Amino acid sequence: MSRHKKTQNFLSKLKTNPKKRFSGDSVFRTVVALIACNIFIILGLIIFKITQGSWLSIQTYGINFLWGTTWQPFPSNQNSPPIFGALPLIWGTLITSAIALLLGVPISLGIALALSEFAPKNFNYVISFFVELLAAIPSVIYGLWGILVLIPFLQNNVYPHLQAVLGFLPFFQGTIRGSSVLTGGIVLAIMIIPTVSAISRDVFAAVPNSQREAIIALGATRWEKARIVMSYGRSGVVGAVMLGLGRAVGETMAITMVIGNSFNMFTSLFEPGSTLASIVANEFTEASSPPVYISALMEVGLLLFALAIVVNASARLIIWRSTRKIKEVEMF
Amino acid sequence: MRSYSFRKLDNRIMISLAYAALIIALIPLASILIETVGRGLSAISFSLLFEEIPPLGQPGGGIGPAIQGTLIVVALASIMGIPIGVFSGIYLAEFRQSRLASVARFLNDVLTNVPSIVLGIFGWTLIVVVIGWSVIAGAIALAIMMIPIVTRTTEEAIKLVPITIREAAIALGVPQWKTTLTVVLGSAKKGIATGILLAVARISGETAPLLLTILGNRFWFSGFTQPTAALPLAIFNFSQSPFRTVDLPRAWGASLILIFIVLVINIIVRYATREKYG
Repeated sequence: MSRHKKTQNFLSKLKTNPKKRFSGDSVFRTVVALIACNIFIILGLIIFKITQGSWLSIQTYGINFLWGTTWQPFPSNQNSPPIFGALPLIWGTLITSAIALLLGVPISLGIALALSEFAPKNFNYVISFFVELLAAIPSVIYGLWGILVLIPFLQNNVYPHLQAVLGFLPFFQGTIRGSSVLTGGIVLAIMIIPTVSAISRDVFAAVPNSQREAIIALGATRWEKARIVMSYGRSGVVGAVMLGLGRAVGETMAITMVIGNSFNMFTSLFEPGSTLASIVANEFTEASSPPVYISALMEVGLLLFALAIVVNASARLIIWRSTRKIKEVEMF
Repeated sequence: MRSYSFRKLDNRIMISLAYAALIIALIPLASILIETVGRGLSAISFSLLFEEIPPLGQPGGGIGPAIQGTLIVVALASIMGIPIGVFSGIYLAEFRQSRLASVARFLNDVLTNVPSIVLGIFGWTLIVVVIGWSVIAGAIALAIMMIPIVTRTTEEAIKLVPITIREAAIALGVPQWKTTLTVVLGSAKKGIATGILLAVARISGETAPLLLTILGNRFWFSGFTQPTAALPLAIFNFSQSPFRTVDLPRAWGASLILIFIVLVINIIVRYATREKYG
């Protein structure tokens, strides 16, 4: 790296030569820098255009948009204005993401440990390819598979038993529906597994071997070694989970196809629901009038954007800090 | 201290649980692949690939316009997204110490994680409001999705080029910009191509942004400012059809084609980058 710096310094000295001020190098640098600035323009435009689009809704409903529970673009009484409140959508997004994490994270950690600590290396290579394929399958195919394979299976073989055992809890009461919040959460769990397991595996692989050797020298079993590795990489795992959460929050097509798309404050997980992303996918193309309807959907998009940015930025920060910590320890 | 036999048992159980997690995760993958291939193969025929999409519930016809639409939108998105992504990646790697680069790198990560439906809304407000549902709006939404992926992988690929190669070129009197464009890009081209392929695979399966931009009708391509059909949208529409016996086989056929494209690209990428892991 220092060698790279030396080369760079040498080159920048060449560049300050007054005769060479308009050399190819400075032109090149300016041109690529301008192209790289696309990122500022794109993000700026996204924020500007979507805020502009949702301005009407923000002005009309203000902060009540966040806790209103009615979504009536076309009220039955012709004279009353349309009402929009997004709380059931936020609720749906939170609950489906929570189910996804609850089911997906333990499985992902198991995979990460199996791949980094237990399995032989060449087996590792093949299996991680298959797990990554899960990430490559388009979301709409997850949806189709969810409707035609997963829902019939869960509805006939899993949900009745679940209700028989856990039916005393309010979350598992009422009529069992295939297209439900629980199914949405299960599909999301499958979709976040590749993300969470790949990053956790990298975090575990970054744990210095001296830690493993030390605990093995003390006579630990392989599982006890794995526990040390996990506690060492704890904050990195938290980051991986947050990235998985980011994926779950923004996922659109698969969840739109299996969640049932009804607008309600559900208490039972067997009820249908909606998420921030699914309502946009479901209603946007049909929302031609009134103008405040489109604007409300855009505000939902804005909420989703803000939520995704916060979740992902904190994930990056946590991962970045944890890998830096590991590197610092390694130096000693 | 717990007894040795307890610790041994604990060890056994936990390791088996870790392997069980692996198997649980592979069940959905196997199920998706088996169902798609099994139900899709029987639907694939010459007419499915090349004929026009019939209205929902009507027998006959195919998904020709959807295949054509996906190819056109992805190609147009690539034409816009790849050069921007590659040159941004060059900037991030070659001028990595500059302040602009570190901010741009962070924002690039942010853009990677913007939910795809938000990009759809963006395409809608930017283009559809002005000229209506159109191929160009979809391509712009997909290009925005592609740029951060290509930028990131180009940056990583260039960082792997050994400094000695660069120094050799500079020692021969080659100016820096020429070194970058010929020598450095030349040795990083495999990594960059990999990133581009992954980005193409990712956007060809994207549905949400297209839903709000190209709308997805049943007809052949009729101009860049007109709506068109696309494979993921066709799958979505067929899956929502009330005429299940007629339309679901088409949905599986379209899924098989889409999954085939995505898998082939991923396997090529895996094959090309295998020595990095082995």
